[in-house]
Amino acid sequence: MFFRMIFGAVTRQKQKLLIMACTMALGISLATAMLNVMLDVGDKVNQELKTYGANIMVEPRGASILSDLYGMTEGSGVNDKFLREEELPRIKTIFWAFNILDFTPYLDIKVSVKGVSEQVTMLGTWFSKHLDLPTGESVDVGIKNLKSWWDIKNSWMEDEDEHGVMVGATFAAKNKLKEGDSLEITATDANGGVQKLDVTIRAVYYAGDNEDDGILAPLATVQRIAGLEGKVRRVEVSALTTPENDLAKRAAQNPHSLSHDEWEIWYCTAYVSAIAYQIDEVLTDSRAKPVLQVAASEGSILEKTQLLMLLLTILSLACSALAISNLVTANVMERSTEIGLLKALGASDGEISLVVLTEMLFATIVGGIIGYVCGLGLAQVIGHTVFDAAVDLKLLVIPIIALLVFVVTLGGSLPAIHMLLRLKPTEVLHGN
Amino acid sequence: MANILELQDVCMTFGQVKALQDINLSVREGEWVAIMGSSGSGKTTMMNIIGCMNKATSGTVILDGEKISRLNAKDLTAIRRDKIGLIFQQFFLISYLTAVENIMVAQYYHSMADEQEALEALERVGLGHRARHLPRQLSGGEQQRLCIARALINHPKIILADEPTGNLDEANQNAVMDIFHQLHKQGSTIIVVTHSPDVGSHADRIVRLEFGHMVSDGEKKA
Repeated sequence: MFFRMIFGAVTRQKQKLLIMACTMALGISLATAMLNVMLDVGDKVNQELKTYGANIMVEPRGASILSDLYGMTEGSGVNDKFLREEELPRIKTIFWAFNILDFTPYLDIKVSVKGVSEQVTMLGTWFSKHLDLPTGESVDVGIKNLKSWWDIKNSWMEDEDEHGVMVGATFAAKNKLKEGDSLEITATDANGGVQKLDVTIRAVYYAGDNEDDGILAPLATVQRIAGLEGKVRRVEVSALTTPENDLAKRAAQNPHSLSHDEWEIWYCTAYVSAIAYQIDEVLTDSRAKPVLQVAASEGSILEKTQLLMLLLTILSLACSALAISNLVTANVMERSTEIGLLKALGASDGEISLVVLTEMLFATIVGGIIGYVCGLGLAQVIGHTVFDAAVDLKLLVIPIIALLVFVVTLGGSLPAIHMLLRLKPTEVLHGN
Repeated sequence: MANILELQDVCMTFGQVKALQDINLSVREGEWVAIMGSSGSGKTTMMNIIGCMNKATSGTVILDGEKISRLNAKDLTAIRRDKIGLIFQQFFLISYLTAVENIMVAQYYHSMADEQEALEALERVGLGHRARHLPRQLSGGEQQRLCIARALINHPKIILADEPTGNLDEANQNAVMDIFHQLHKQGSTIIVVTHSPDVGSHADRIVRLEFGHMVSDGEKKA
């Protein structure tokens, strides 16, 4: 009979239960969307921040020491230290390989351009280099994605273009150059020989930085005229990182000062210092340094964004819970006569509570499931609207939502049921 | 016949209001008693005490040999479930259950639901053909007959009816009274609370209440 009562209530009170299920669905969809977005917002914001540049700089060890100690960026002892180009794919094989979003090498030399009085910096790099990794995977890396905010007139050039260069907006303006113009470049190679190169301007770029007063060319081209085949001066790496904490700061100063357990935690967490350390491990005589200002800003922005999302999520959960519990309470209160009758017929408090709660839970669970599915869709809408990317579905949300449905239903029903059970049948059946 | 119900010096007060004062009443098994009086006379209060839905402020109530006046709510619920069949003026049927299911609910909370027995109860009140209908699909008279079937299903010691024809037209009132007569012939004890002289006239005995006092007992004429 118990199930007949539940079945009767569910099938013959569709409208009432539908309203309850709809309210639950509405609240749960909001909660699901907010929870999914909140749990994914860290990665999304991090990814967004990574589009504004690298957060790890890799240099030859000797050059790095001179730079750190004496602030030297040019001259003997700095310019004669190089990294090996053939080792660079190893960056994508470290423990946190999937967190390495992009990287690009640089080799800069001073060149003379016919018709230009001063020497110009010519920067060789990868534009969009296809790499086949030792792991069997392949990736495309380079400045094209790393400096996605650069304003390019025309389009990025190709790495295989041996007779093309891109020129900075300032350099182009000073010398009245535009795409399609030819340049005659002269450089002194590593052996003191003079190398000449005739190239065509493929595009003009605006970086908003010193690079605007220079020339950008494929790495191979610069290596060839500089006589520095296979060598690069530095590498910029963009990595997804976890905000630094005390452990990470201590490790950044000296990883060997950590205990074994601390070291394990640090090494296996995507701290910028841990990733830099792992890059050091795979590149010969290299020194990978976090660009701390960028990393700290990213961490700060990330923390604030996550806090904001957390507050919004809590607020939306509270609103949903309040709306649902109000409806549940109203529904239970409406049934005062029925509860009075069941008591008059001899039903115990426990039996009445069981019937009412089972009905409520049925409606709210159905609403919860519908709400969860709708919430996943809503999360994707938010993801595409705000981050222009899909929001990853987090399994953790399912138990939270299930708990929410039960807590809200019970929380909304129990006080009302408790109150009604205290009423005497005469109070609801006769109004006495 | 032995007394099935005894009220001895029963008083009921709500705050300062004395709803019943010094009520003494005995009802024999198989007797049909009408409790009559105008609004506010205390007849519903008396019905609630007899029906174990309220406890008297003072006095003694003995039902089927058991003193119930000092029992707690849980024990009163058990007495009500086992010994009393309640019929209400407003019917109080569960809207989302069919006629037969409404009867089975009373069986379920008493002992065990038995659909066949519930259907037979419906047949006895002439509602066999309406067993699968919802209360809203039944007329007022049919709903009251359904209430009677529900009240009888657990074979109560007393059938307690509060204005059973209050919401019915004359034809349905007569149909309900016919059922009560059948039950009376079969030996059921019936206590009807009513303000209607017409309904009261069917009873063996009429108890009159005025302002909480029992002013007469035994007259049959309205």
